[in-house]
Amino acid sequence: MRQEWTNFREGNWCREIDVRDFIQRNYTPYEGDESFLEGPTEATSALWSQVLELSKQEREKGGVLDMDTKVISTITSHGPGYLDKEKETIVGFQTDKPFKRALQPYGGIRMAVKACEDNGYHVDPEIVDFFTKYRKTHNDGVFDAYTPEMRACRSSHIITGLPDAYGRGRIIGDYRRVALYGVDRLIEDKQHQKDTTRTIMYSDVVREREELSEQIKALKELKELGHIYGFDISRPAANVQEAIQWLYFGYLAAIKEQNGAAMSLGRTSTFLDIYAQRDLAAGTFTERQIQEFVDHFIMKLRLVKFARTPEYNALFSGDPTWVTESIGGMGVDGRSMVTKMSFRYLHTLENLGTAPEPNLTVLWSTRLPLAFKRYCAKVSIESSSIQYENDDLMRVTHGDDYAIACCVSSMRVGKEMQFFGARANLAKCLLYAINGGVDEVTKKQVGPKFRPITSEYLDYDEVIDRFKDMMKWLAGVYVNALNIIHYMHDKYCYERLQMALHDKEVTRWFATGIAGLSVVADSLSAIKYAKVRTVRDENGVAVDYVIEGDFPKYGNDDDRVDEIAYNVVHQFMTYIKGNHTYRGGKPTTSILTITSNVVYGKNTGSTPDGRKAGEPFAPGANPMHRRDSHGAVASLSSVSKLPFRDAQDGISNTFSIVPGALGKDDAVLLGDIEFDLPRDCACCEPNLPVDDEA
Amino acid sequence: MTPCEAPRGRIHSIESFGTVDGPGIRYVVFFQGCPMRCRFCHNPDTWVFSGGSLMTVDEVLAGYEKNRVFYKSGGLTATGGEPLAQLPFLTALFAEAKRRGIHTCLDTSGAGYAPARKAAFDALLCVTDLVLLDFKHSSPEGHLALTGQPQAPSLAFAQALAEAGVPMVARHVLVPGVTDGEAHLRALGRLLRRYANLKGLEILPYHTMGKAKYDALGLDYPLEGVPAAEKKDAQRARETILRELRKTE
Repeated sequence: MRQEWTNFREGNWCREIDVRDFIQRNYTPYEGDESFLEGPTEATSALWSQVLELSKQEREKGGVLDMDTKVISTITSHGPGYLDKEKETIVGFQTDKPFKRALQPYGGIRMAVKACEDNGYHVDPEIVDFFTKYRKTHNDGVFDAYTPEMRACRSSHIITGLPDAYGRGRIIGDYRRVALYGVDRLIEDKQHQKDTTRTIMYSDVVREREELSEQIKALKELKELGHIYGFDISRPAANVQEAIQWLYFGYLAAIKEQNGAAMSLGRTSTFLDIYAQRDLAAGTFTERQIQEFVDHFIMKLRLVKFARTPEYNALFSGDPTWVTESIGGMGVDGRSMVTKMSFRYLHTLENLGTAPEPNLTVLWSTRLPLAFKRYCAKVSIESSSIQYENDDLMRVTHGDDYAIACCVSSMRVGKEMQFFGARANLAKCLLYAINGGVDEVTKKQVGPKFRPITSEYLDYDEVIDRFKDMMKWLAGVYVNALNIIHYMHDKYCYERLQMALHDKEVTRWFATGIAGLSVVADSLSAIKYAKVRTVRDENGVAVDYVIEGDFPKYGNDDDRVDEIAYNVVHQFMTYIKGNHTYRGGKPTTSILTITSNVVYGKNTGSTPDGRKAGEPFAPGANPMHRRDSHGAVASLSSVSKLPFRDAQDGISNTFSIVPGALGKDDAVLLGDIEFDLPRDCACCEPNLPVDDEA
Repeated sequence: MTPCEAPRGRIHSIESFGTVDGPGIRYVVFFQGCPMRCRFCHNPDTWVFSGGSLMTVDEVLAGYEKNRVFYKSGGLTATGGEPLAQLPFLTALFAEAKRRGIHTCLDTSGAGYAPARKAAFDALLCVTDLVLLDFKHSSPEGHLALTGQPQAPSLAFAQALAEAGVPMVARHVLVPGVTDGEAHLRALGRLLRRYANLKGLEILPYHTMGKAKYDALGLDYPLEGVPAAEKKDAQRARETILRELRKTE
């Protein structure tokens, strides 16, 4: 056994790349409370004030402090960058200094240029020239292959947010491998994979060999990145500080290469706790030192920054990076996977104050240790910064070593990846069904010229019939647009480092998404249970709807309409599955527009549920604003009836509540109103308002 | 009994996630209709006895059953309006809830309690786990002025609860300039002293959020110009009442 592995329990992980085996054999579940935690050190406080000052300057400058306009970001493109070299126990920035955003043009040079221009910077003309004339980008590739129909769907916003001009993200490298094995062992493994590919050169074998070569090169560059900061990461990490540092180098290399829509971290806390336990036992480090490493690590994750356009930020309501870290959960053997490190991660919200990133996500199980649940509740109350997801639901399909990418997309770390898939606007699709493919905003024929509905009052059976046809058409255009996108992304903007931290055989989830579900459910319910009269323009296009009578509304635990929502998701997924998917991707869908519902609504005309043109959709799978009149449990129950089997990429319900409505005092919250999430709701984000009056 | 004969209650609305009316997460049933006209009432839409929808016990409990898991450390709360004004239905509802193992909590002012109907009320108390009893005022005059109804029935109800040994949480709404006087609060403390079943005391700071409902109903707002009470005032009032309550005379 390697010297760095002294005192670890041996297992299959010693022979093969098998991080889960290492964790299962070596981790120590922790049932105690938070009393062992240490506050911030002087160095931590000093570094964090430095960060706050820089953040202030960044805000004053309009959101961007500095941008690289000359150096194309690669794993080794920049020299070392520090806040304060003497004080930092975990080091590394995306460029040669903090708050300087990197230039990442492989997703699309136009987007990279625009991101700079919009913030008052200008990309070196030689670089623009090079990426226009000599080096093709993902964006160029996609538009070379798009059909006119796909372009029309894109312009009319019936398909939105396609990752065709920027990095797709949503792939999580198993960054823990860097710490456990050291880079040399990983290169050896990849070399072996390359040596053992099939030998008849079908195009997929050629692609595999080329990709493996790229992965090996990326790993060599990763070693070089270590050298730039003065570390030899060719060997395994020997203590917890090194383990955090090695792991972070893996992640840093990924974000230096890729400006992905979501660059999530994985599930690292319990892995790192094994090192911390060993160091505490041996007296290598104290608890205070270990918390300092963690604080500094999390500080780095808070400073992940990408060059993005104002439109992008408007779509996502901010400047999110989705550095999601999954914490806790239960093991398949029934042991809790909560360790002291789970507490230390959450404790950073107290030591450094609250922050939206990294997106700390607790994998919630009813069987988590009570002390941990209470601590989560406490930190949630104080910080409003913890996301919760239903481990009891996801563990069934993903085991106990999965992590969340972005906000709800679950995948086994290092074994599964995802082709991120934007979303189809089903509310608009319903309008197309009524108007025979004519867009209600532009009045252009975007969809196929199916027979429109010409009656004054809408008939439920007729609408459903047409809606199904239109969904089937939309699913086809949508999946095929995604096929092009992921083909080109693999070709021109391949995530070589992240894929180097995956197994050779990878399961690819082909993610799609749905926007406007509650609008559709309520619209169909209105048509079925009330009377809906169409208001038409001079050309007979239905542009508005008048509802006569009342109807059941999604969000009140009323099966009459909840059943409609269920059927829409299930039906749409059936049509998605009917299409060929790139690289054997397994189709899945999500209902999780957390912020972009505003933009989608802006581009969609009036709908038969009474929503007026331009008004926002509800986020994710949420009921429409103010239509849930029976309180939170009824509202959550409606959401939880949606089929997770069909929407395995995640169902989100954004849930805001004034603190006063959660009970009369803080103590009530700590456990007293805990509840199980036994049904199909994968994700629930309680967002307490910032102006917390409690 | 055929379904047509099942007793029906007049229900204003149901809140599936109640956390302030009894322990845990509660399924809160708002009864329609109230004889009182409390000047600080924030639910004037529950006053009249003609509105709401008619529901059977099974219909009311169906919503509870569907989401039972949420209420495992909570239960069912009847509030309103004045639940006691629909005593037969309320009793039937709580009896069935108890039969199904559901914790029952009654939020009431005690209005309408009549010692003459003691047997009927005792039937309700047998199936009631907790009562949140709103003591509107410490004096009969104050009570009448504030609510338009006499105080005696409420106190008699409290007495009946004490005799039946039903746990009681006393509630009191603190209205600035109306129910926040030192003498009144101390009197209330003395009044509460006599109830051995008293388990808790909640002072609810008056708020103005109900005003919009008065406007919508075309009613004059009785406390126009009275500011909302502060949380800390409520805390102080609670301490004053408790100090007096704990004195042994």
